[in-house]
Amino acid sequence: MMTSQTNVHAEYLNPILARRQHNPNDLLQILREAQEQHGYIHTDAIDYLSLELKLPRAKIEGVAGFYSFLYLQPRGEYRVLFSDNITDRMLGNMELLENMCAQLWVEPGKVSEDGLLSIETTSCTGLCDQGPALLVNNIAINRLTPARVSSICELIRERVPLSAWPQEFFAIEDNIRRKDILLGSDFKSGAALSALFQRGADATLQEIKTSKLRGRGGAGFSTGMKWEFCRNAAGDAHYVVCNADEGEPGTFKDRVLLNGYADMVFEGMTLCARVVGAKQGFLYLRGEYRYLLDHLQAVLQRRRQQTLLGTSILGEAGFDFDIEIHLGAGAYVCGEESALIESLEGKRGTPRNRPPFPVTNGYLDRPTVVNNVETFASASLIALNGGAWYAGIGTETSSGTKILSVSGDCERPGLYEYPFGVTVAQVLAECGARDTQAVQVSGASGVCVSADEFERRIAFEDIPTAGAFMVFGQQRDMFEVARNFVHFFAHESCGFCTPCRVGTSLLSNMMDKLANGHGSPYDFAEIEKLNGLLQSTSHCGLGHAACNPVLDTIAKFRPAYEKRLAHKDFVPAFDLDAALSQARQMTGRDDTGAHLERSHESR
Amino acid sequence: MSQDKSFTLDGKTVPYQEGQTIIQAAMAAGHYIPHLCFNPEFKPHGSCKLCTVKANGRQTASCTQQAQPGMVVESDINELNDERRVLLQMLFVEGNHFCPSCEKSGNCQLQATAYELDMMSPHFDQFFPDRPVDASHAEYLLDFNRCILCSLCVRASRDVDGKNVFALSGRGIKSHLIVNAKSGHLADTDFSGSDKAAHVCPVGVILKKRVGFSVPIGQRTFDAQPISATPHPKVKGA
Amino acid sequence: MNAPAKPKLKVATTSLAGCFGCHMSFLDIDERILELMKLVEFDRSPITDIKHCGPCDIGIIEGGLCNAENVHVLREFRANCKILIAMGACAVNGGLPAQRNHLSLPLILEEVYHAQHGLVDGFIPNDPELPLPLDKVHPIHEVVKVDYFIPGCPPSGDAIWKVLTDLLAGREPELGHGLIHYD
Ligand SMILES: Cc1cc2nc3c(=O)[nH]c(=O)nc-3n(C[C@H](O)[C@H](O)[C@H](O)COP(=O)(O)O)c2cc1C
Ligand code: SF4
Ligand code: SF4
Ligand code: SF4
Ligand code: FES
Repeated sequence: MMTSQTNVHAEYLNPILARRQHNPNDLLQILREAQEQHGYIHTDAIDYLSLELKLPRAKIEGVAGFYSFLYLQPRGEYRVLFSDNITDRMLGNMELLENMCAQLWVEPGKVSEDGLLSIETTSCTGLCDQGPALLVNNIAINRLTPARVSSICELIRERVPLSAWPQEFFAIEDNIRRKDILLGSDFKSGAALSALFQRGADATLQEIKTSKLRGRGGAGFSTGMKWEFCRNAAGDAHYVVCNADEGEPGTFKDRVLLNGYADMVFEGMTLCARVVGAKQGFLYLRGEYRYLLDHLQAVLQRRRQQTLLGTSILGEAGFDFDIEIHLGAGAYVCGEESALIESLEGKRGTPRNRPPFPVTNGYLDRPTVVNNVETFASASLIALNGGAWYAGIGTETSSGTKILSVSGDCERPGLYEYPFGVTVAQVLAECGARDTQAVQVSGASGVCVSADEFERRIAFEDIPTAGAFMVFGQQRDMFEVARNFVHFFAHESCGFCTPCRVGTSLLSNMMDKLANGHGSPYDFAEIEKLNGLLQSTSHCGLGHAACNPVLDTIAKFRPAYEKRLAHKDFVPAFDLDAALSQARQMTGRDDTGAHLERSHESR
Repeated sequence: MSQDKSFTLDGKTVPYQEGQTIIQAAMAAGHYIPHLCFNPEFKPHGSCKLCTVKANGRQTASCTQQAQPGMVVESDINELNDERRVLLQMLFVEGNHFCPSCEKSGNCQLQATAYELDMMSPHFDQFFPDRPVDASHAEYLLDFNRCILCSLCVRASRDVDGKNVFALSGRGIKSHLIVNAKSGHLADTDFSGSDKAAHVCPVGVILKKRVGFSVPIGQRTFDAQPISATPHPKVKGA
Repeated sequence: MNAPAKPKLKVATTSLAGCFGCHMSFLDIDERILELMKLVEFDRSPITDIKHCGPCDIGIIEGGLCNAENVHVLREFRANCKILIAMGACAVNGGLPAQRNHLSLPLILEEVYHAQHGLVDGFIPNDPELPLPLDKVHPIHEVVKVDYFIPGCPPSGDAIWKVLTDLLAGREPELGHGLIHYD
C-alpha cells in the first residue's frame, strides 16, 4: 500500500537504493544514508524500504534499533555526541557538556523543545590525543574548550549548516611522534603489488608466514596461517575484510593509518586478495570516522585509475579486486570479527557462534579474511622487504613493530611506533609522562599496569596490545577509571547472551553503588562472583573482558576501592531517604518521621 | 547411524550422530541439561547460556557445541549449577516476573528450571523495567514483562511459519522484542493462533486469551514433575 | 539428674507490605504448631502482643517494603535476629505491590486522592503519624541482608515447616520439587 507520504521518502530513497542495487545485504548502509535526509529514519521510510528491499519491517527496525547512531525518532537538526572515554573525562568533557546544555537550554539525552538539537554522550571517538572531542551529525570536532563550545552553541542557535562551520574545528591531527619501519616508510603505491607479481602469490604467502606477522587487532593470530586457511577453504567466492572499527577506548592508530597511509592498507588488502583468491574486499570503517570517508573514497578512486584496483590489476589478466567501504554506526561489538561480518551483511551486530570461523564461513557464508588495518599495512611492508627482514625486528615471538596510541597524562600524546619488546617505562619517558600511577594498555578490555610493572614489555608474550596506551598520573582516581570502562561495556554489550547483557548492567550498578558511598565488602564479593560468570559463560570477547578493568584495579589499586567501602555491612544501593522525597513533596511534610537514615549502622 | 560415536555426560555414555550438538544427543538419550533458548525443533541459538557444560574441561554452551568422539562432558556439578542459578537470577531481575499473576505459571520453563536449580530468590536488585503489554490481538496477548529474549518466536515465525512476525530490536540491556507492524501492535501483523510461533514461548509472553487458569495452579506440567523428568514431546528418547 | 531443658529458640514474625496470606499459610502447619511450640517461643508476631522485636534467633518477614514504617520494622528485625527469613513472594521479589513500580508515585497519589471519581476536595493525607510511601516497592533483600528465602504466594505450610525444621535441626534448608514454587 503506497501513500503519498511514502512517495515523499521515495524521492531520496530511490537514488540510494539504486546505488546500492536494492541489495538487502547493504541495509545498514542504506539506513545510514537514508538518515542523512532527516537526521532520523522516518517510519514511512521504513515501509518503503521494506517494500523495495523485500525485508520485513520488523527486521529493518531491529537493525536500526541496534546501532547507536541510527535513530527511529527525531533527534534534532544538530545531534551532538560528546566522546566519553576516561581521557575525555580527564580533560573536562562533562563540564563542557553541562556548559553546552545550559547555553542551549536542553537536558542531556533529550531533544530540545524546538527540535533544534540534542546533546548526549557516546563511547570513545578515537580522538583521545586531541580531546575532549565530540561528534556533531557524526562529524568529529576535536580540542574542545569553553570558547569552542560557545562558538558551537552560537552556530547551532543561528542554524548555520555544518559545511559553513569554521574548518579548524574539524582539523583532526595525526600527531605522529615516533616513526619506525611502518610510519617511517616512503611507501610508493603499487610497489608491494609489483613485488607480489615478481614473487608470485605462493611465495608471497610464504613471506608473510616467514615474517611471523601476528594480527594487530588484539588476538594476535598468525596472519600467514589465517590467509592460508582462507585460501584453502572451499567456496565459490572469497572475501577480504579490513577491520577499521577501532572501538577499543583509547585506540586511534587506525585513524591515522587510514588518513596518511591508506595506500599501504589497501595494498595489503589487495595482496591478501591475490593470495586467497578474492574479488571483493570491504573496509569496515567505524561511524565515528565518517569524516575520513571522502578521503578514502578518493584514494580508492585514484588506485582504480592506477590499475591497482579493478579488473586486471597492473595488467595481470584475471586478477580482479575492488574494495567497498562500509560505515559502522556506533557499535563497539562490531569490531568482533563475526559481528562485523553480520553488520557487513546488513544485520544486527551480534557475534556468531564459532566455530565455524570466518576463514571458512565468513561474509555470505564464504571464506573470509578479517584483519586489522595495521596488519594489512604491515603485510605491504613484508611483501616489499621480505619476511626474514620483518622477522628480524621485534622479539622472537612478536615480530615487527607496534603502533601505540598514547593519551592521557603526558606531554606529547599521539602515535608511537616501536619494535615489539619496548618497555612501558621507555614509552612513558618518550611521551613525557611524569609521576605516572598507571597505564591502561590495550584499552578497556586490556590490562592496567601499575608503576612497579613499568619494566614489563609490549609484546604478545608479556603485555599484548591492540594499541591503546592511556597514561594516568598520581592525581587520578583509578576507581573512576574502572567505572568509566564498566559503563562502556554495559553500553556496548550487544545483548545477545544473558551473562553479558544483564551482567554488565549489574556490574555498572555495583560500581555506581560504590561511587555513591553505599559500598561494603559484600559488594566486593558480588563483583568477583560476576566476573567469574562473565568470563566463563559469555558468548564473545566483550563479555569475557568486561570485568577486567575492575579486577585489575582492585588487585593493584585497592585503596581506591577501600575508600569506597564506607560500610562494614551490606547497605542498600539506593538512598532510602531520597526514596521518600517524592512523598515528602506531595504531602508537604518534613518532620523527622518523613526521613530515613541512609544506613542501619549509622543510627 | 554409527554407534561407535559417543561421549560421556557426567560419566554416562551418550551416543551421538555426526553433526549433533551435545545437548541434542543428550536429550535424545533421555538426559537433561538445563536450557531455555534451545528447543529440539529449532536450530540452536546459544544465547541464554543455561546449557553451559564443561567439555573436556572447557566451558561451552552445549546447545551449540558439536559432540566429538570421546568427549568428557560434565554438566550436573555444583560449579555449573551455581553459575546457572545466577544466570536465572539475572533473567528474573531483568524482567518483571510475578508468577502468582502469570498464566504460564506451572507450565513455564524459566520457572521450572529455577525450581530445578533451587533458586530461592532473585538475589540481585530488581530492575523493574517499564515494559508494555500488547492486548491488541483478538486471541493472543503479548506480555513483554516476561520476555527472556530467547528468540524462539523469532525463529519459529521466520523458519516455520515463513512470516517474520517477531524480531529483536534495541541493544544490550535495552534489547527487546518487536512485532512486524508499523503500529507496533500484534493485531496489525499476520500473526495467527495456528502459527508455530504462537506455541513456542518458553515463558509467559505469548499467551492465548481467555483460557486463564483453566488448569488450576498446582496441577500444571511442572507441578506434577520436575522439568528434568519432563522430556520434550518431540524428542525420541522421551 | 534431669538433663536441663534445651532453651527454646526465639522466633519473631511480621508482615510488611504483605497480605497476611503467608502468616495464614504459616498457621496451615496445623497440629505441627504444637510440635513447633515445644521448640520455639514467639517474640513479636501477629500471634503475640509484643510490639517490638527483642533479641531473637529467627526473624520471619512477610511482605516487601512500601513505606518508611516497613523499613524501620525490617531494620529492627535485622538488628535483633540472628537469622532473617524472607517469607513469600512479596518479601522475596516485591510481589503484587511492586507492580506499581512502573508508575510514578506522584501519579499514583494524584490518582488515588485527587482524580478518582467521587472525590471532592481530596487531599493527600499529611498526618505525621502516617508512614510516607517509598517511590518504589522493594523486596527486603535490597535493604538488609537476608539469610534465607521461602518463595511462594503464599508458600505452603509444608514449605515453611520444612525450612524451620531444617534450621532447628541445624541443616541447610532445602525445599526440593513440590515445595519450591513461586505461585
Ligand atoms: C569486542 C571486540 C571488539 C573488537 N574490536 C576490534 C577492532 O576494533 N579492530 C580490530 O582490528 N579487531 C577488533 N577485535 C578483534 C577481531 O575480532 C579480530 O580478531 C581481528 O579483527 C582480526 O584481525 P587481526 O588478526 O589482524 O588482528 C575485537 C574483538 C572483540 C571481541
Ligand atoms: S558477550 Fe556481550 S557482546 Fe558478546 S555476545 Fe554476549 S552480550 Fe553480546
Ligand atoms: S514467565 Fe514464568 S517466571 Fe515469569 S512470571 Fe510467568 S511463570 Fe513466572
Ligand atoms: S516472546 Fe517468548 S519466545 Fe519470544 S523471545 Fe521472548 S521469551 Fe522468547
Ligand atoms: S540453551 Fe544453550 S545457550 Fe540457551
